[in-house]
Amino acid sequence: MELIVAVLLTVTTAATPLLLAAMGELVVERSGVLNLGVEGMIVVGAVVAFAMAQISGNPYLGALCGALAGCAFSLLFGFLSLTLVTNQVATGLALTILGLGLSGMIGENFVGQPGVQLEPIAIPLLSSLPLVGPLVFNQDIIFYLSILSVVGVSWFLFRTRIGLQLRAIGDSHGSAHALGISVIKTRYLAVMFGGVCAGLAGAQLSLVYTPQWVENMSAGRGWIALALVVFASWRPLRVLAGAYLFGAVTIGQLHAQALGFGIPSQFLSALPYLATIIVLVLISRNRRLTLMNTPASLGQSFVPDR
Amino acid sequence: MANHEPGHSDCLLEVRGLTKVFGELRANDHIDLEIKSSEIHALLGENGAGKSTLVKMLFGSLEPTSGQIFWKGNPVTISSPGQARGYGIGMVFQHFSLFEALTVAENIALSMDDDVSIENISEQAAVLSREYGLPLDPHAHVADLSVGERQRIEIVRTLLQNPELIILDEPTSVLTPQEADRLFETLEKIRSEGRSVLYISHRLEEVQRICDRATVLRHGKLTGDCDPREETPASLARMMVGSEVKSVSNTGGSVTDQVLIETRKLSAPARTPFAVALKDIDLTVRGGEVIGIAGVAGNGQSELFDVLSGEELVDKSDDIRICGKDAGRLGISARRLLGAGFVPEERHGHAAVSSMTLSENMVLARHRSDAAEFLTGGPLKIIRHDVVRKASERIIKEMDVRMSGEDPDASSLSGGNLQKFIVGRELDRKPSVMVVNQPTWGVDAGAASRIRQALIDLANSGSAVVVISQDLDEIFEVATSIAVINEGRLSAAEPSENMTLERIGLLMGGIHGEDAPAADTHLEAAHAH
Repeated sequence: MELIVAVLLTVTTAATPLLLAAMGELVVERSGVLNLGVEGMIVVGAVVAFAMAQISGNPYLGALCGALAGCAFSLLFGFLSLTLVTNQVATGLALTILGLGLSGMIGENFVGQPGVQLEPIAIPLLSSLPLVGPLVFNQDIIFYLSILSVVGVSWFLFRTRIGLQLRAIGDSHGSAHALGISVIKTRYLAVMFGGVCAGLAGAQLSLVYTPQWVENMSAGRGWIALALVVFASWRPLRVLAGAYLFGAVTIGQLHAQALGFGIPSQFLSALPYLATIIVLVLISRNRRLTLMNTPASLGQSFVPDR
Repeated sequence: MANHEPGHSDCLLEVRGLTKVFGELRANDHIDLEIKSSEIHALLGENGAGKSTLVKMLFGSLEPTSGQIFWKGNPVTISSPGQARGYGIGMVFQHFSLFEALTVAENIALSMDDDVSIENISEQAAVLSREYGLPLDPHAHVADLSVGERQRIEIVRTLLQNPELIILDEPTSVLTPQEADRLFETLEKIRSEGRSVLYISHRLEEVQRICDRATVLRHGKLTGDCDPREETPASLARMMVGSEVKSVSNTGGSVTDQVLIETRKLSAPARTPFAVALKDIDLTVRGGEVIGIAGVAGNGQSELFDVLSGEELVDKSDDIRICGKDAGRLGISARRLLGAGFVPEERHGHAAVSSMTLSENMVLARHRSDAAEFLTGGPLKIIRHDVVRKASERIIKEMDVRMSGEDPDASSLSGGNLQKFIVGRELDRKPSVMVVNQPTWGVDAGAASRIRQALIDLANSGSAVVVISQDLDEIFEVATSIAVINEGRLSAAEPSENMTLERIGLLMGGIHGEDAPAADTHLEAAHAH
């Protein structure tokens, strides 16, 4: 029992950063903006969170600063792609490259230092439930926030007027503009939300997953998050499913490697990617539903004619 | 007119000297306009006359360069659509500002300024749509709706804001004649409630039928302000076009026995949820015939064009026969080699690459069919620029293409001139089969008549011509027989002299039309004849 809980705990830890970053990117893409800089924002969030936690000794302050750093970094993307109308793909790629370099530079003095960790917060009564107690109700704050983001984003997108406007902008920014919806402002807010989420995902890596700073510690998670959003057809619950599936297979294949089944380790390492893509492709077989959810103006720059 | 005091009290909306300049183009040059209460006011003009620019300024989506707008006698600045709505101006767009992925109720909710819940809007919309005779299902996705239904959403959405002035941009261009009649009833109801309508159109009969006053624009300038009922169609047309438009002459060649393009029970599945599946299309065109394919937009016209031109291949090779050869599995170039020519609907990005010159566009379309002439160097396939340029000059002369400079970029030509070039590019090869989709959409009257004449002349010389068009006037002008496409099905072609507008309208509505019970009885009556 304890072993199962321990294994499942590692799964949630592996899935949380993917879930957070993907939820943020989902909102960004639903507004019609393709920000390929997720990887860069994660890694900047990670290094700033770690550095601030080291300097202040307070991991919560670290996490907050990580989120803010992600947000600030996303604002750079927003300014370039929304205000200066640069190509979103190129700008996003540049952001990732810049983020990886910048984080290496900031984190140079922190390499190898033992970090402070975000401690689990036990929720009274619920945390003493068997299995789900330790798994869901005795976790760190970023885990809770990641779950909250799924509920919050679903509610926001499909139940609120601003969410409706955001989806409308993603579907047809020209029409939205003609109706008097502020396209650029809404996209800025969406991009910033994506930055906060990616920054927090980074903070989780350096304050929970492995409480230390290693260069390039985002290790491609930003790209996985991007892929998750697409394969999940821009639907929050599918992103949740995809993130946890990916986390589970990642942990599973590590154990399989340790046990030594005689399967080539390269294949096992590739397994999480394969499994996630196959499952998400299968659940998005309904082309109609997928197309209905695909933001039609994704990646297109918007310049109002004045 | 000129000594009229600005801000006259019985005017709902008044415009004085409104001007909009884009770069060097004066899209609107000192336009005056007065709209009274309870009036249906027409804004007439050809495509590109500046009608859309004017209404965009009235609705706050464009900023005037100079001039003044008065609303109920007070000078106002309308800087956003939201502000226009605040004054009581509503707008129904020509290219609908609807969101395909959202439901009807969500689309309506988006244009409401107050925070009303979606459920509440569905109810209100349902009540209002019944009241005005515009049936709508609030929970349907827009992508699943016909163009007529989409327009209803726009109108209901505008009415929900309780506006005093409703602007309608070319509302009937997407409707069947019957749907248009119903729209006119709705407009009259709106007028009887004391609201005004600014009705933008280039269709003279409509304007004469329902409008109390008309303002006419040409090349961005005001050319007429009149009571349309006191004018003749010819005098209105003169104000719009500036000169008499040469009418198309059809001396009528003889139809040969040779079938040049043929489809048999051709079906093709829908490629996307937003596309239309083609069902059992039977089409036979002989030399000397012009088949006009009418239909409301979005009923499978572009899908039909794609399978005929080879942009989409069909499963069975003998489903499509061109000049007696199976062509169903042949690509575009192979079909051209059989002697076919194609003009797709979109000029930019489909029929021509906007950023390339006319002669380059010529090579792109004809590099296979005219390889012997245009290319040299054997396998190297080097372009012979001099030959290509001469050929494009020939077309420019033949079709009277007006342009600036020698061999300019396609994007620098006006829509009408580029279309003349594109049609001419195909005609120059003297194709035995010609398939064109919306050949004169968004083209000025002069160019349109030139293009139509060229199509007729081609048929008279013994070729088979298929014209897919939403413009019924065009169909009647050029076609020797007419078929109607509805939801991917094509009606049997009938000689155009046997066709009436009403009959086409019923076929356009189809047996699966939205108002099935009423239409069915008509249809049965029509079939009984």
